[in-house]
Amino acid sequence: MASLWEYANPVKFMRLSGWLMPLSAVLAAALIGAGLIWGLFFTAEDYRMGASVKIIFLHVPSALMAINAWAMMLIASLIWLIRRHHVSALAAKAAAPVGAAMTLIALLTGAIWGQPMWGTWWAWDPRLTSFLILFLFYLGYIALWSAIDDPDTAADLTSVLCLVGSVFAVLSRYAAIFWNQGLHQGASLSVAPGERMDLSYRMPLYLCMIGFGLLFLALVLAGTRTEIRARRARALLTRERARA
Amino acid sequence: MIALLIRDLRLAFRAGGGFGLGLGFFLILAVLVPLGVGPDPATLGLIAPGILWVGALLACLLSLDRIFALDHEDGSLDLLATSPIPLEGVVAIKALAHWITTGLPLALAAPVLAILLNLATPGFGVLIVSLVLGTPALSMIGAFGAALTVGLKRGGLLMSLLVLPLYMPTLVFGAQAVTRAAQGLDAVTPLLLLAGITAGSVALLPFAAAFALRINLR
Repeated sequence: MASLWEYANPVKFMRLSGWLMPLSAVLAAALIGAGLIWGLFFTAEDYRMGASVKIIFLHVPSALMAINAWAMMLIASLIWLIRRHHVSALAAKAAAPVGAAMTLIALLTGAIWGQPMWGTWWAWDPRLTSFLILFLFYLGYIALWSAIDDPDTAADLTSVLCLVGSVFAVLSRYAAIFWNQGLHQGASLSVAPGERMDLSYRMPLYLCMIGFGLLFLALVLAGTRTEIRARRARALLTRERARA
Repeated sequence: MIALLIRDLRLAFRAGGGFGLGLGFFLILAVLVPLGVGPDPATLGLIAPGILWVGALLACLLSLDRIFALDHEDGSLDLLATSPIPLEGVVAIKALAHWITTGLPLALAAPVLAILLNLATPGFGVLIVSLVLGTPALSMIGAFGAALTVGLKRGGLLMSLLVLPLYMPTLVFGAQAVTRAAQGLDAVTPLLLLAGITAGSVALLPFAAAFALRINLR
């Protein structure tokens, strides 16, 4: 069995991601498509919320990936700091805009659902507030990447920011709970009896969640491949200039 | 290390050091808010804890570039990095100097501004205590942000984008403590949490900031 670390080699990574990226993209499209069609057209309406509840099939998967994207950036940053694999740092860089987009989707779909249900687009609820803060963390991380010219310095500094930011993001989450009582419901996929969603809702939701995970994978792989190619192009240019 | 602290304090207090600018900013904010919100004492008293804490936060933020940027420009930061003092110690001392010149005066001046903003009387003591407990965390987190952006040409705006999200837990607990005290409630829990954030930042962030500085001085 080949070790995971082999793919720290950019050539091997490019070869693997060359077929993994389109595959996961196609699978993501199929699963999200199937999950959405099933969820939007073939499930019953909620007896209180009507059809508006069906935004859950976008809201929950994007919120899930918004958090997991940061976790993935954290792991990739640690790998970069400990083992100095460039692919890892570039993957973290590629994941940030995707994570920010997922956070934004979760916030927007939540607002669209909240308008008819809570009667407001926005409430300073702990969950909503923590997501907004998470979005700001993403913005800061992306801004730091784009502000530094030297790629290795940028990778180092953004990794440190990611580590420290993770601690403070978790702190902010609990500070927000301390700060205000919430409107938002508890866990959507709670397994506690009486709180559990019906299977007819959970199945399309699971499809969408796996689909969003694959979508994230495909986008991160595409971003990482672009970064690797950009770095190659830069190296070639430097070599040409040195020769001339 | 004490020599370094005295040097930093001296640089801050003497002409051109910018000491007092933070205080001036704090005062202006406390004047601007009533002009914007209206002079109703009840409204002002309600928002006073938040305004005072946000003001302290921004006053701290504005003076952050003093921590490393000037020393980076004239090269003394490189000398400090090669000195026998560990860089973590240098960071901690510089954050301490920043706190003595910014956080501590803010905490002492805050009650005067609290009168302007009509804060309820029981909140005054907790206001000072919360600022004394919380502003060291602001200085330390700020030193980390300043270390991240020290080599950049236009680091100031970027630094606020990086540092302000990190300030959020401190702000929540600090302002909550004052709000609760002003309403006559028990403020011990948020004060303890605030002290916890400060203790954690002071213990861990010098290492992160020194790591960032080493990368930037490479």
